Amino acid sequence: MSTEMYKPGSYPNLPPPPGTVGFYGWIKSNLFSSISNSLLTIISVVLVYYLIDGIIGWFFFDAVFDADSKIECRKIDNGACWAVITRRVGQFVYGFYPEAERWRIDISFLTMFIAFAPLLYPDLPKRKWLLWFSGIYPFFAFVLINGGFFGLAKIEYSLFGGFMLTVILGVTGIVCSLPIGILLALGRQSKLTVVRTLSVCFIEFMRGVPLITLLFVASSMLNYFMPPGTNFSILVRVIIMFTFFSAAYIAEVIRGGIQAIPKGQYEAADALGMNYWQTTRFITLPQALKISIPGIMNTFIGLYKDTTLVVVIGLLDPLGIGRAALADTKWNGLSTETYLFVALFFFVSCFAMSRYSLWLENKLNTEHK
Amino acid sequence: MIFFSNIWRNEKSREIIVQIFVLLCIGWFLSWLISNVDANFKALGKDISFEFLFIPAGYDINQYLIDYNNRDSHLRAGIVGLLNTGLVAVFGIILATVLGISLGIIRLSKNWLASKIAYWYIEFTRNVPILLHILLWHGIIINTLPHPRKALNLGDVTFLSNRGFYIPKPLTENGIELVYLFFVIALIFSVLFFKYAKKKQDLTGVQYPVFWINFTVLISLPLIAFFISGMPISLEIPALKGFNFRGGMHMSPELAALTFALGIYTAAFIAEIVRAGILAVDKGQREAAEAIGLKSSKVMKLVILPQARRVIIPPLTSQYLNLTKNSSLAIAIGYMDLVATLGGISLNQTGREMETMVIVMLIYLSVSLSISAFMNWYNNKVKLVGR
Amino acid sequence: MKTKILLAAATAGVMFAGSVLASTLDEVRARGKLNCIINTGLAGFAAPDDKGKWTGFDVDFCRAVAAATLGDADKVNYTTATGKTRFTKLAAGEGEILSRNTTWTFSRDVDLSQTFIGVSYYDGQGFMVPKALGVKSAKGLDGASVCIQTGTTTELNLAEFFAGNGMKYNPVPIETNAEAQELYKAGRCDVYTTDASGLYATMSSFDNPADHMVLPEIVSKEPLGPVVRHGDDQWADIVAWTLKAMMAGEELGITSANVKSLAGKDNKNKEINRLLGKDPLQGISKLGLSADWAVNIIAQVGNYEEVFEKNLGMSTPLKIARGMNQLYRDGGLFYIPPIK
Repeated sequence: MSTEMYKPGSYPNLPPPPGTVGFYGWIKSNLFSSISNSLLTIISVVLVYYLIDGIIGWFFFDAVFDADSKIECRKIDNGACWAVITRRVGQFVYGFYPEAERWRIDISFLTMFIAFAPLLYPDLPKRKWLLWFSGIYPFFAFVLINGGFFGLAKIEYSLFGGFMLTVILGVTGIVCSLPIGILLALGRQSKLTVVRTLSVCFIEFMRGVPLITLLFVASSMLNYFMPPGTNFSILVRVIIMFTFFSAAYIAEVIRGGIQAIPKGQYEAADALGMNYWQTTRFITLPQALKISIPGIMNTFIGLYKDTTLVVVIGLLDPLGIGRAALADTKWNGLSTETYLFVALFFFVSCFAMSRYSLWLENKLNTEHK
Repeated sequence: MIFFSNIWRNEKSREIIVQIFVLLCIGWFLSWLISNVDANFKALGKDISFEFLFIPAGYDINQYLIDYNNRDSHLRAGIVGLLNTGLVAVFGIILATVLGISLGIIRLSKNWLASKIAYWYIEFTRNVPILLHILLWHGIIINTLPHPRKALNLGDVTFLSNRGFYIPKPLTENGIELVYLFFVIALIFSVLFFKYAKKKQDLTGVQYPVFWINFTVLISLPLIAFFISGMPISLEIPALKGFNFRGGMHMSPELAALTFALGIYTAAFIAEIVRAGILAVDKGQREAAEAIGLKSSKVMKLVILPQARRVIIPPLTSQYLNLTKNSSLAIAIGYMDLVATLGGISLNQTGREMETMVIVMLIYLSVSLSISAFMNWYNNKVKLVGR
Repeated sequence: MKTKILLAAATAGVMFAGSVLASTLDEVRARGKLNCIINTGLAGFAAPDDKGKWTGFDVDFCRAVAAATLGDADKVNYTTATGKTRFTKLAAGEGEILSRNTTWTFSRDVDLSQTFIGVSYYDGQGFMVPKALGVKSAKGLDGASVCIQTGTTTELNLAEFFAGNGMKYNPVPIETNAEAQELYKAGRCDVYTTDASGLYATMSSFDNPADHMVLPEIVSKEPLGPVVRHGDDQWADIVAWTLKAMMAGEELGITSANVKSLAGKDNKNKEINRLLGKDPLQGISKLGLSADWAVNIIAQVGNYEEVFEKNLGMSTPLKIARGMNQLYRDGGLFYIPPIK
């Protein structure tokens, strides 16, 4: 015991008790704070060990990255045979898009980020100018990818495939569905019974049936509803269905945003003598859309993942390309590698997007407080 | 002119005009669609008729909960498919709920490692499309489990193979009625005891171990009856005969893969919902509960969960709904659900896209709508009143 | 601001394709490409190689039609379809031809409003089993798990065969051949049943084809052939005679190697002259084809024998014998109407 005397208020800060800070302290309080906790830790460690031990070797060390066929792969090593991916990586990315024209996809893909940047990052410098580019981007991308103008060769839709198809379906679907979704959300909140009923019917119908049945409709029945002789490409029909489908979900997200706006806002707008459209344009939508951006983002991630379903109606998205590769006598039987590769692609892109959405949510949250 | 302008300026009449206009537009649009269908069908020589539902389907289905053979009608094939959809949905929901709630709680655990593992597990699962989950699980089951002739043998009664899981099937014999009777008695007793114990606690504060007493009664009474009546339940043990196991209860790899995939995928979403629900309960509630000396299990049961439930249930229901709708992807691995039977093979054999798809969609729609109706009812019931 | 941009984006997303034209041939010519519906992947019949180029027996038929109508066999767009989606895709106008080993049956021809233009491959449903299973006959398959491709005639044949022999089985329905292969190899099913050609194609892709066998029973007749939509007789004739020209090429000894020289000179056999446009062939203009249509087919794609041998024959991993798929003079079933 120290016998030193201190003046009141001048007692020095004592170090924390041993074992509560630093490396050991952290381990103790986070991993071994109680018996049950320690048990959990040990189980987790064992689990992780076996997972890594079992997978890493197959994944990397014993894996073959280049070979001519599965049989050759097996001759080289007994891990994963990634050659099926590396040999066809072009197909996985671009589908059957002609090799000489693939730069068009690259450019549209890269510029897509420029086009989306001002929409996604509200405090970007020179945002106004970039917004103009966002406005013309859809036309720009359409001309570039589709061709048929300015001496660019027209590319048939049946050649579209791979990750490019995933991105095209997802992005076009979400962009086209936003305006429809906004209208539906407004319709659902409308005072007019007819408009409200119609919106509710549409939304509930689209949300009530599985997407796969809608895709069947797109692939087999949509043409029956058009005047005889009309012929949409299957890609357009699928995009139409994706658009309707996600519009219903977006409508619900935006409705949530509209409902979150305090009543006082409307009363203030009424007091200023604004009519319905003015209120909607200047009061409701700017606030509702802002609140719903994370929700829209989540809808987009969902839609993006759902694009894999097109494989069921015979379109060649990454999964379809993978299956076509598996049908090749050389690569037959490598389904685990193929599916894992596609799964990894989706994980990386969706995870990045969900991180962004989380970041945005936090940002918007602080702005409201 | 002024008259019309007045009508337009009057809010009530303007609303009516707008609505009539919208109705006319929609009516015109619908009649346009129908006339197109009519013209197209005429050109192709097709008609709309539901008679095909009653002709023999001609194909076999590998899993049926009601009797079915290939001479039965397309309608019956559809019902078999619908029941299969229901079966996988129920299995999937049970798995998703159990797994999801556990994950959600582990995610909030103070154990850093466990929480991180749960986090990465959730992130990986929910960011990979459900279709890939299904295909991967199916691939894993059929590629890693052995052939039936070398099936994993668990105590000579349960077998795991790439043709599925085989477990013994209980068969009832004479005297089983007594067991049922005793079970009903036990059930009545436990309800009455529960009410009595609650009343007693309300009046005097005395607590009984209600759960344990009821649990013991519910198990032991039927068990006693089982022995008294001379063990009227026998097990049909699956046995390898010819190509496959016969007898016992069988879970096909498709059903298993679908259940795992749907359960695990949905569990990731449920875990996040549960986590958010628990976090949504005000911190003060827990502190107050601890301050009045409740045990931590009681804090969870009596204070946190009842409040979290209000936040959790609505999104949870919509996850269940999603799971049911996602089960339609069964078609990718050949599980014979509604979409694969009526909307798949029947459609293809009869060429009646319009009719089959309308039926399939209406069935899904009615399921979804009834569940949302239930959800609305529940929301209104648990809504916070006042404040 | 934001909404305006989004609206603009929405309008850009709407892309229309195609319009009403007089006939299928005009439509194809105007497009400059033939749209052909093929299998999503079946070795020997239609499968993409590492370069993404489709090859196979069915693919070559598409190329032959393109050569006849457009003069260039490479001007084909391929659209893939599963067994289930193929007819709806054809009906929806996604292709002018369905060349996807499709069985000609009464109800498909009549009820589904399509035109089968001939048989390009005579097939029959068979059963493939691993030799280790010790099964010698399809009659010994009682209780087996059977992999079947859905959306085909196969599942009905199978139900009839097993019911007819008083046997039970456990059907494992599958969408595409690639999946069926996976499941069969993994042992999910004991037997894989589909058209015998498909079985050979599948077997050829195994690591050890010798470990498997096709059982002797062929339980159905499966005349496979290209299909077109009802209602355009000119187009149906073009497709039908493209097939016959390939077979006539074999009968007359015209191959891709000698077709140019035969077309250049006056041959003794006047049928060769008529087929290759040396002598006038009455009515060819009614088909809307040029005189060198058959030259284009055989020069760019080959005659029937060449196409068969290149994709399915003994030199390929499939090793399918010609069997019924020979000219009548060799003991097969192809009897070509005279080119007159």
